[in-house]
Amino acid sequence: MTRPLQRAALALLAVALLGGAAADPADRLKDPAQEARARALFRDVRCLVCQSESIDESDATLAHDLRQLIRGQIAQGRSDAQIRAFLVARYGQFVLLTPKASVGNAILWAGPLAVVLAGAAAFAARRRRSGGEPAPLSAQEEAELSACCRPDDD
Amino acid sequence: MIDEFGQFALVLALTLSLGQCALSIAGRVRRDTALTGAGEGAAIAAFAAIALGFLALIYAFATSDFSVLNVAANSHTAKPMLYKIAGAWGSHEGSILLWCVMLTGYGAAMAAVGRLPFGLKASAVATQGALAALFIGYIVFASNPLTRIDPLSVPAQGDSLNPLLQDPALAAHPPFLYSGYVGFSVVFSLSVAALVEGRVDPAWARWIRPWTLAAWSLLTIGITLGSYWAYYELGWGGWWAWDPVENASFMPWLMGTALLHSAAVTEKRGALASWTALLGIGAFTLSMMGAFLVRSGVLTSVHAFAIDPKRGLALLVILGVAAGGALALYAWRAPKLKDDAAFTPISREGALFLNNVLLAAATAVVLIGTLLPLIRAAIDGTPISVGAPYYNLTFTALVAPALVVLPVGALLAWKRADLAGALQRLIVAALVALAAALAVLALTEPRSALAAAGVGLGAWVIAGALAEAAERVKLGRAPLGEVGRRAAGLPRGAWGMTLAHVGIGVFALGAAYETAWRSETTEALTLGQSIRLAGFELRLDRVAEVFGPNYIAGRAYIRVTDPRGRGLCEAEPERRVYAAGGQDVSQVAICGRGLDQVYVVAGDRRVTPGGPAVLVRAYWNPWVRLVFAGPLLMALGGLVSLSDRRLRFAVTSRARVGVAPAPAPAE
Repeated sequence: MTRPLQRAALALLAVALLGGAAADPADRLKDPAQEARARALFRDVRCLVCQSESIDESDATLAHDLRQLIRGQIAQGRSDAQIRAFLVARYGQFVLLTPKASVGNAILWAGPLAVVLAGAAAFAARRRRSGGEPAPLSAQEEAELSACCRPDDD
Repeated sequence: MIDEFGQFALVLALTLSLGQCALSIAGRVRRDTALTGAGEGAAIAAFAAIALGFLALIYAFATSDFSVLNVAANSHTAKPMLYKIAGAWGSHEGSILLWCVMLTGYGAAMAAVGRLPFGLKASAVATQGALAALFIGYIVFASNPLTRIDPLSVPAQGDSLNPLLQDPALAAHPPFLYSGYVGFSVVFSLSVAALVEGRVDPAWARWIRPWTLAAWSLLTIGITLGSYWAYYELGWGGWWAWDPVENASFMPWLMGTALLHSAAVTEKRGALASWTALLGIGAFTLSMMGAFLVRSGVLTSVHAFAIDPKRGLALLVILGVAAGGALALYAWRAPKLKDDAAFTPISREGALFLNNVLLAAATAVVLIGTLLPLIRAAIDGTPISVGAPYYNLTFTALVAPALVVLPVGALLAWKRADLAGALQRLIVAALVALAAALAVLALTEPRSALAAAGVGLGAWVIAGALAEAAERVKLGRAPLGEVGRRAAGLPRGAWGMTLAHVGIGVFALGAAYETAWRSETTEALTLGQSIRLAGFELRLDRVAEVFGPNYIAGRAYIRVTDPRGRGLCEAEPERRVYAAGGQDVSQVAICGRGLDQVYVVAGDRRVTPGGPAVLVRAYWNPWVRLVFAGPLLMALGGLVSLSDRRLRFAVTSRARVGVAPAPAPAE
């Protein structure tokens, strides 16, 4: 089996093993506030063997292990930032679903912004090219117009 | 025998598509209607040939002919007939064949019913033939679904299909999705033809509109079906995950939506012509890119059936040739197009311009978010993830302003409009929206100002669309008889627009409400035990073993009682084990009440101190039905608009539709 195929099979397995997942009562932290923090973190951590699921949604064994790891760290009193840093050090940027604000990722925000700015520039250019408001009719044009057409023709 | 006949039909279709392209080009160059007529005939014949090839594949699936490789790999005698047949387009090879059936089908339709000027039609039929030849060539040479297995190693049984995919919504999802994707091919061909002919004008914009509307409506239905399948089949309680595969279908939809609106500007005002042509090329380019992303194995997902780098490369080459060629043509010809119709910011076209900028930026969000992880991984080997948090923030920031402007834009006149007048006519809609937002803010727990704003925005769009319709029929300002006459006399296109705008409002309403106030609970329940979820009580009554046609299931019977103590339903979620593949699949149970749904998933069985228990996970999804109803209303709006007499494919002679005379070609 090729590697991608294995990954696909794992992904299918992960989908197939649906069960209690993230909120399994056997795993939950006693303190509801800490558990809520854990759940919020889960939503931003990728299940590395699944398609593009967070560990909050996935039932894969690895997702379960990561959840327990995070809960353990929360119970030890680590902050969210510390836990994220720990996960990134261990698994790389890939593990976080929210991309880090960095030069390499800047296009994620700069790209759509550039489209909006390009739109504004195109609009401005169109206005300038067409000279804004059309000039009012000259006296001669006015005369020609009334000679050819009755006003109520519209 | 039928299989070999199908093979022959595929090769014949390839030959006919090449002929269609060559004859149309020759006819165009020599101005010979006999040659272009032959090209049109070849287009129709190519469709007939490939349809026969597809029927041969369906026959092989229906009869479980495991001497055909594709059937052996993707079917099983234990599958119900519907899913055997749906298996014909469930695999990589079969789905590309379905794509080609649609591609030639649209080509044949354009050849048969499109009454277009000589040059434009010949060029468009030639382009459509070239597209068909590219994709059919791929089938014949790289991805043949009718290939036989060595006769000595024909298996007695097939390798089944993923049981998750045995579902009516999913059987119907690819045909709708593909008919949408591929519908944009006609717009692509007409755009290329218009650039070749140097003619992008109001008449052309009217000719592409029915094709755009048809493709857009079908794509809307296809995406909604896929989303609904993911909602009730995958058991995670959500309806959109910003999965790259979902994004692949969403990008052409966004661009198609922009195209519908910019084509209206080109048709009515002659402005934005070259932009409309670019969108016409872009929508099908994104469709092809979606097919490439999903089918090449670049993305790992349930859709990536054939993970084969060579095929991925072939698809990439096809994408490069078709899109690259069209875009190069655009870069060369577009600057010569006459496109300088002026408009002021406060006008219908000004609002539609803003709509297009925001939709283009939203498309960029999805495109960059989907591709950047691939690009980063290819360039510097640092894989990153772009997940839901990024999309939710960025996409919403772009779409929300578009929805704020929508009701106002629809009420503005073309050219130069009276903003104060339009706003005045929206006072009632604004009050409705404000009331909705305040009511939600006051009545719901936990309080969320952002979600209340979302609900208000949805109500604003719905009320604004209705206000616009009321304005058109002079509701409240004219006697009822006249209102009725006006309503009957309104073009279908106007009603379609109203429906589609109400649909997007309904969707926004549901999406904002459901996202903010959905709740979830998970507990290991012993028999007779219950949990509470948003005031509902869920009690596990009993557990039983159930035998399905090709699976064995453990089924939990869960009594759901509403907050007033009245029984709502007995939810029967299952865990199924499919004997053939050994897959373990969860079947969720959904109970509806009004717009809301209680969604129940049965998990592991386990032993707790209180005795044996079933892990039950349940979601309360308030207003979730609006999330699916909204897009269906939008699609319905598109179809109603398509039935407009003025837009019928055949009614296109300029004198009859009465559009302004075309500007002279650029050269």
